[in-house]
Amino acid sequence: MIKRKLEEQFFKLLMVLATIVVSGSFFLIVGTIFYKGVPYMNWDMISKTPGGGFYIGKEGGVLNAIVGSMYIAGGATILGLIISIPVAIFINMYMDGKKFLSNTVRMAFDVLFGIPSIVYGAFGFLLMIYFGVRASLLGGIIAVTLLVIPILVRTLDEVIRTVPGELRDAALSLGSTRWETAKVVLRAIRPGIYTAILLSFGRAIGDVASVLFTAGFSDNIPTSLHEPAATLPLAIFFQLGSPVAEVQGRGYASALILTIVVLVITVLSELLLKRFYKNKI
Amino acid sequence: MLLFTVASVSLVFIIGIGLYYKSIPILNKLSWGQLLGSSVWKPFKGLFGFFPYIMGTLWVTGIAIVIALPLCILTSLYIVEYAPSRLRRFLMPFVNLLSGIPPVIFGVWGVLFIIPLIQTYIAPHFVEYSTGYSVLAGGIVLAVMIFPLIVSIVNEVLRTMPQELKDASLALGATKWETIKKVILRKALPGIIAATVLAISRAFGETIAVLMVCGNNAVVPHSVFDTGYPLPALIANNYGDMMSIPLYDSALMFAALLLFIIILLFNIISRVILTRLERRMAG
Amino acid sequence: MTFEKPHISVQGLNVQIGDNHILKDINIDIPNKKVTSIIGPSGCGKTTLLKTFNRLLDNTSDVKITGKVLVDGENIYDPNIEITHIRKKMGLLSQRPYPLPMSIYDNIAYGPRIHGSPKKKDLDILVEEQLKNVGLWEEVKDRLNAPATRLSIGQQQRLCLARGLAVGPEMILGDESTSALDPLSTHIIEDLFMKLKEKYSIVLVTHILRQAARVSDYIIFVYMGKIIEYGPAEQILKNPQEQLTKEYVKGYIV
Repeated sequence: MIKRKLEEQFFKLLMVLATIVVSGSFFLIVGTIFYKGVPYMNWDMISKTPGGGFYIGKEGGVLNAIVGSMYIAGGATILGLIISIPVAIFINMYMDGKKFLSNTVRMAFDVLFGIPSIVYGAFGFLLMIYFGVRASLLGGIIAVTLLVIPILVRTLDEVIRTVPGELRDAALSLGSTRWETAKVVLRAIRPGIYTAILLSFGRAIGDVASVLFTAGFSDNIPTSLHEPAATLPLAIFFQLGSPVAEVQGRGYASALILTIVVLVITVLSELLLKRFYKNKI
Repeated sequence: MLLFTVASVSLVFIIGIGLYYKSIPILNKLSWGQLLGSSVWKPFKGLFGFFPYIMGTLWVTGIAIVIALPLCILTSLYIVEYAPSRLRRFLMPFVNLLSGIPPVIFGVWGVLFIIPLIQTYIAPHFVEYSTGYSVLAGGIVLAVMIFPLIVSIVNEVLRTMPQELKDASLALGATKWETIKKVILRKALPGIIAATVLAISRAFGETIAVLMVCGNNAVVPHSVFDTGYPLPALIANNYGDMMSIPLYDSALMFAALLLFIIILLFNIISRVILTRLERRMAG
Repeated sequence: MTFEKPHISVQGLNVQIGDNHILKDINIDIPNKKVTSIIGPSGCGKTTLLKTFNRLLDNTSDVKITGKVLVDGENIYDPNIEITHIRKKMGLLSQRPYPLPMSIYDNIAYGPRIHGSPKKKDLDILVEEQLKNVGLWEEVKDRLNAPATRLSIGQQQRLCLARGLAVGPEMILGDESTSALDPLSTHIIEDLFMKLKEKYSIVLVTHILRQAARVSDYIIFVYMGKIIEYGPAEQILKNPQEQLTKEYVKGYIV
């Protein structure tokens, strides 16, 4: 009996240690970024574009990359929503009876979700060559849109499925068409849509591999869709590769900015989702 | 709506076909065997051997899974079976937050934390000298990146285990751990396999974080402290030159195609296992 | 009802799950080597009562248990008690059969293996003996290594009974053990209970009055978390003293 007890205690200890490592890694990462990034953080970082001597450690900031990332993540999310909302409604309302079909479609989006961003980047690059578009804001938005569509569809699909069937039936039985019913459903899931937007935006703003070939890089804030645009993750990557200590430091500070932005977005979406489910139940 | 749905679903095929179409030039020149088996990488001479890159990918993915899988299963067991409900509610958000952190941040963390750790504390015990940039560093960073994925799936799977089954074992006088070891883990095995397969495919395609810490040297690694050069990093690092050297673009697109095919297969396998499991538990 | 040497003696038991007061001040004795049935409408707390006997409620979240449950004179809610020993004393037969995810043979051998390292030869004898005990031996002796899930539901339930008997319990707890079974399998299980009461004390939870009538020596009627009436089966079913029991027995309360 003592041996059995000891074995249980031993594995319980292992479990506690593993849990500490797994959930602690979050603090370790954020802690490291804060520790290294805070000393290099200043107002110029987020309010100025790179100056003449920026890459040898002189004045300037990464406003170009912040704005570029916002444009791309925002553009991609809007474009993605325009495509995803109809898709999610279609899966749930028009393919209702056809279990096999809707499951296959869901599976396809699961698979698309699993495809790495570097493949989306490469594919986006192919599209750009095909259509003769150069690395630009537009190219970046297209590649990232491909990346976020599966995220949006999956999240929307999940929240639409929580809408009680009775609500749909009630709307339908009042004589409204499916499309009108869809509007009722959309209203019911509005917080879910916000969550999807945040999730998609968070993923889009942090991704590098998809914009690497497609968006290019520029020290200026883009003024049209055809100009190349800098992105924050790419700026971090480039700055970190620099041999100049000051530039590396700015890379840490940029990483800090990105981390804060993404954390705020994630926390917001978690809270929204929690409220959504609470209201449902 | 139908149009959008069909279009986005067929994206899977369009991507595959597009990448294949661009890989045709190199496939006409070199056979699959040569491309996958050769270690000679001389773009100027038209020689493209992907073997070192494939090995680089396998090494980092393998290390990541070896580290992450036991840790994640233990964590999930603790969260689902042992932790008091208040602690559970406290812990889960951190796992979710971890999944929200962008890859590049993991890369920065790897450079700032893991690299020095390996260089000064781990490597000196085993090898004469290491810069820290190694497949081990890549594996550790990747492992942390796939934590949330594995934990969330295994949690789901463990939660579907019927309480009555646990009771049946407990009622025979088994301890909780014996119940977990002999009954729960056995019953949860398909789900754990699915989670692993999904995690492998995620690790396979991860680009930037791995690129930042692996050293990117096109040789086949022989120990965990050797540098490696995973496939995605190859694509990302060379996009700049790709239009200037003949066949280079085709070779990189072939690399992307390779990733795409492997990940597609792994994803389909794990999704099929998971859906089946879900249906069996529901029914 | 009081007995000279009760097998289980429940004293001042209260169970709360969250804000729900499931069991209220329960005081009963369960006799040795008899069949005692707990009846009552669904949701009255009868399953909860059964689960307090081998402390299976421990795993429920937000549960609060006060009072004593004495098994052979020993309070199983004493913090120093070895819980696995208590559970070993009682075989559990749940509503639906839950065979462990392993072979027929291993299902029976599971308990003995946990409580020691029996020799292969002894195990073989034990498995055969227990399968014969529940009348399953002839049906499965050629496929002992097949997964237990391949058996029919009725066979699975008998396997679960044999699995419980293999650890050498003194008592059998049945939680509506026949509710998922067809009439024939139900009949087989009921007959087994009748046979097994020579060696074991048996406590059954059931909502089927006719089943309670067929197998019980004593009946406990529970309503809204309270013991309403407890007595010999004959008396409870034919001549109940309490108004609530009368109504339940006549089928007015479901």
